[in-house]
Amino acid sequence: MNAKTADKVATGVIYTIAASVALVLIAMLAFILVRGLPHLSWHFLTAPARSFEAGGGIGIQLFNSFYLLILAMLISFPIALGAAIYLNEYAKPSLFINIVRTAIEVMSSLPSVVVGLFGFLIFVVKFHLGFSILSGAIALTIFNLPILTRSIETSLSQIPNLQREAGAALGLSRFETVIHIILPASVPSIVTGVVISAGRVFGEAAALIYTAGQSAPALNFADWNPFNMASPLSPFRPAETLAVHIWKINSEGIMPDLSAVSAGASAVLIIVVLLFNFSARRLGTLLYKKLTNS
Amino acid sequence: MQRSHRGAVITVLVLAFITGILVFAYQTRDKNGSNAPITAVGSTALQPLVEAAGEDFQKSHPGISVTVQGGGSGTGLSQISQGAVSLGNSDLYAEEKKGIKSQDLVDHRVAVVGIMPIVNKQVGVNNLTLSQLTDIFTGKVTNWKQVGGADQKIVLVNRAAGSGTRAAFEKWAMGGATSKEAQEQDSSGMVKSIVQNTPGAISYVAFAYQSNDVATLNVNGVAPTNENVENGSYPIWSYEHIYTKGQATGDTKKFLAYMNSTSFQKKYVEKLGYISVHKMQIDRDRNGLITRK
Amino acid sequence: MDLITEKIKKTSLSTKQDRFGKFISISALILISAIVVLIFAFVITRGIATFTTNKVSVTDFLFGTNWNPSVVDKKTGLPGVGALPLIVGSMAVTFLAAIIATPFAIGTAVFMTEISKKRGAKIMQPVIELLVGIPSVVYGVIGLTVVVPVIRSIFGGTGLGILSGTIVLFVMILPTITSMTVDTLKGVPRHYRESALAIGATRWQMIYKVVLRAAIPGILTAIVFGMARAFGEALAVQMVIGNAANMPNSLVSPAATLTSVLTMGIGNTVMGSLQNNVLWSLAMILLLMSLIFNVLIRMIGRKGEMK
Repeated sequence: MNAKTADKVATGVIYTIAASVALVLIAMLAFILVRGLPHLSWHFLTAPARSFEAGGGIGIQLFNSFYLLILAMLISFPIALGAAIYLNEYAKPSLFINIVRTAIEVMSSLPSVVVGLFGFLIFVVKFHLGFSILSGAIALTIFNLPILTRSIETSLSQIPNLQREAGAALGLSRFETVIHIILPASVPSIVTGVVISAGRVFGEAAALIYTAGQSAPALNFADWNPFNMASPLSPFRPAETLAVHIWKINSEGIMPDLSAVSAGASAVLIIVVLLFNFSARRLGTLLYKKLTNS
Repeated sequence: MQRSHRGAVITVLVLAFITGILVFAYQTRDKNGSNAPITAVGSTALQPLVEAAGEDFQKSHPGISVTVQGGGSGTGLSQISQGAVSLGNSDLYAEEKKGIKSQDLVDHRVAVVGIMPIVNKQVGVNNLTLSQLTDIFTGKVTNWKQVGGADQKIVLVNRAAGSGTRAAFEKWAMGGATSKEAQEQDSSGMVKSIVQNTPGAISYVAFAYQSNDVATLNVNGVAPTNENVENGSYPIWSYEHIYTKGQATGDTKKFLAYMNSTSFQKKYVEKLGYISVHKMQIDRDRNGLITRK
Repeated sequence: MDLITEKIKKTSLSTKQDRFGKFISISALILISAIVVLIFAFVITRGIATFTTNKVSVTDFLFGTNWNPSVVDKKTGLPGVGALPLIVGSMAVTFLAAIIATPFAIGTAVFMTEISKKRGAKIMQPVIELLVGIPSVVYGVIGLTVVVPVIRSIFGGTGLGILSGTIVLFVMILPTITSMTVDTLKGVPRHYRESALAIGATRWQMIYKVVLRAAIPGILTAIVFGMARAFGEALAVQMVIGNAANMPNSLVSPAATLTSVLTMGIGNTVMGSLQNNVLWSLAMILLLMSLIFNVLIRMIGRKGEMK
């Protein structure tokens, strides 16, 4: 076989591989959506789940998922941002930084079960937070921190050093350069990173089973006082999320319309994650245009 | 310089505003609900029943809140023995769980759950004796034709070690024998679908998971029905327990009384696939000693 | 004069700000490190209790083949705490999934960076990102409803086992490996490609002999990273692997992994008991493994640094 044919064959093989990967995803999406979409309705999206009768929905689980996501993001974003700024802007290569980097990488490949169990024994049991939104949010933060730190650090490192030098030349302190030049310039890719990691957090189940709990008590959507147990905002109530709900009904569900609920909930989960991904790209480009005035 | 100052001022204002709202919310919180809530933790099998009870109970007793959480029987028992929760839900007797100091725990039996052997529809068997069941699960019998069925290899599907269903099955169906190492499933739903789809498979599930997709076996010639459990002729069943640390008091006592009330037992217990403790004509202690009521 | 010296010597506002910024950001970093240290300390103290309080020997734990902690073995008089079947199960699914995923990942990455950049960015990039975003529970459900029945109809048996676990994990780690490989390939300097083409290499020769060679360390890192993810994955694997803690003797008979045993057992055991402690020892193995994977990644990274 001469080089030309080899080239053609290899190109063909690579095309096939890429196509099959795309096909796998499309097949998976189609499978989930085709099975799930027929079960979606306004009622399904808003009604509380029923444990042993047909006709339950996923309203509370959906709300819990979003609430937990927002809380976890509120806690983890500032920390991740700070850590990433230090790593990328201030840190000089040293043993300490090396160890910290390894720590973050180890944390990002930490099995989420372990995070969940850690959260369970420390927050749920030791600190008496019980199975609660708060415990769940902290567990999710631990799960999310390394991913977010890495993605923000990558965003920062993509800003050319020229910009930093320009800042220094203008007599700005390094801090000012970071705040006024580097961060605005990297906002689009930071936002993309945040939204994509939000997708991962949204679908996380293993870290939540033993922290946010597997029950979704009825909520009173007229009561928004976070200090009341029945309030949707209360951080002390147990909160089953959508991903945990799917896992649970596939394991222990006894409602007659179990497979319908499972398929519907999976479809919702996928759709939300898809929305996150699409909006991440949109938002990224939009912000880039706006911030750089181009 | 001006810019970053402005930023700082805005940050402070926003923080002050949020704090203000939180303080206001704390002041105006619903004081009725601030009674220590009743928390029940443990068995996932018992969770729906306690949840249903909790919802109803809160309606009739405004101001008392009941939170029900899963976590498994082991979690329920360790939490209640530490006094971290008000109720510990368990599928097993506390005495049967290793590592639990059961002296100061008080047992409340709230329901009975029947367990039935299920097999794939093609094995051609509809009745097994207890000793045949034991032989199958300990691996002495490996082909269905040895117990009068088709010529098919027996595929065991077990429940997770330490789970209530498995403990009850090993105790009441296998006379305390340990089953052979085989695949384990955590959940009844999975067990059912595996048995349905795997030729020669056998497992066991609670009555609540009865379905036409799998064949149900009679045990010693007795059908697994609620009536047969109630009159004592069907042997494989267990109590669902709620434990309190010391005697129940206050709201917790009221809640347990509610769960044991005729109206609750009638309304929910059978609907959820359990058997009501009120209907049991016999009483069985931990060692299997049966007394007629 | 004095006034000026003083003014110059005084810490300027900018320096103060800079110190402030440095302080804030380093405290965030220290917080993260503290969490990691805490998790490690915690899991290790729990996990080590098996060996200190319950007097299980480390070799029995690592090399024993009888996993059944709630039952006392009649021969040895000890509970079955041999975790080897679980370790082997975890290793098997991880390595097999990585072996299958690697060619697909490299192929896709080459497609995206070398062959069709436009379609790569327009179609494949979103595809890969979406695959990353699919929650593992959903992978589990798909595995259970699609993969397991297919395996069952081909090989008989229950369909649950290492093969099903491998397939599910393969799809799960494919996007991770692919996107990291893409980054590496993009990092190969353009003049490498140009010089290859200039001396008359075909595109494939350029890809195979130059680009991929230069990218080997990065690709290896990507693979190890994917394996770390596979090793720690719990719910999806638990749903399809069958959870039988036997030494696996075939790819289609039920097996168990560290994570599947861990999630199934933790709720059913009582804190402080031997049954619970061994589970924490399993968690400790998971943790140590992810540490090893990371050390590997760093070593590969350092060795292959382009100078």
